[in-house]
Amino acid sequence: MSIWEYANPVKFMRISGAILPWVAAGAAVCCIGGVVWGFLTPLDYRQGATVKIIFLHVPSALMAINGWLMMLVASLIWLIRRHHVSALVAKAAAPVGAVMTLIALVTGAIWGQPMWGTWWEWDPRLTSFLILFLFYLGYIALWASVEDADSAADLTSVLCLVGSVFALLSRYAVNFWNQGLHQGASLSVAPGERMSSVYKYPLYVSMLGFFLLFLALVLVRTRTEIRLRRLSALLARENRA
Amino acid sequence: MIELGKYAGTVLQAYGVSLVLLLGIVVQTIRANARARAALQEHENRG
Repeated sequence: MSIWEYANPVKFMRISGAILPWVAAGAAVCCIGGVVWGFLTPLDYRQGATVKIIFLHVPSALMAINGWLMMLVASLIWLIRRHHVSALVAKAAAPVGAVMTLIALVTGAIWGQPMWGTWWEWDPRLTSFLILFLFYLGYIALWASVEDADSAADLTSVLCLVGSVFALLSRYAVNFWNQGLHQGASLSVAPGERMSSVYKYPLYVSMLGFFLLFLALVLVRTRTEIRLRRLSALLARENRA
Repeated sequence: MIELGKYAGTVLQAYGVSLVLLLGIVVQTIRANARARAALQEHENRG
């Protein structure tokens, strides 16, 4: 059996319908569990209670970047193999990714005000994240502005390729330009203690929750797009008859 | 007892904004899906 069989809309609807309740339930449990657990953690000796913002900021930033990279994979599949479901997956992921990016930007600014003494700084990571958010908005606007669905998928796929540079920059900006206010990675597989396990475990749960929430929302939105596509095909057939 | 200290406003603001944004995208996604499903079903029932 080939993986490309799942690009069939009927098969996609059947399989996504079966797994969606489990993904949504997992998202609800892990999001609420992780964020509430994080909210109940003790005060940090330097950051005080503002450390609790990490349980929203890090998972949303993670999904902002990886959401765009998922759109990149879906766009490449569209450009190379012309599978309509992959184009619709990319379209469905964009508003969710934009919301994740906005949460990361807003929670970062709220945390930065007392910790850095400023809401905003033209720091490499913050700036590349803002540009990523603008790319998300541009991507959504481009889909909305082109009437022909295949042309819209082509144009947005190319935009997605260009925006991927900023998705990667926003992840590695701290490493590329070793300057600015934003600290390095909160979690790493490299040796050395970066974060106490008091904060690390609820953060892992919250990250899993945000991933599952993103997945559940993208599945639902892709199902919506497939239904709308079918509806417009039926209407077009009626009009021709 | 939840400890928030002098940064209570900052933390609650971050959680509040995030909750509103997350609930917003969840509700919008569910409503759009329900609308599309109803429209398609109505059309298929008619035809």
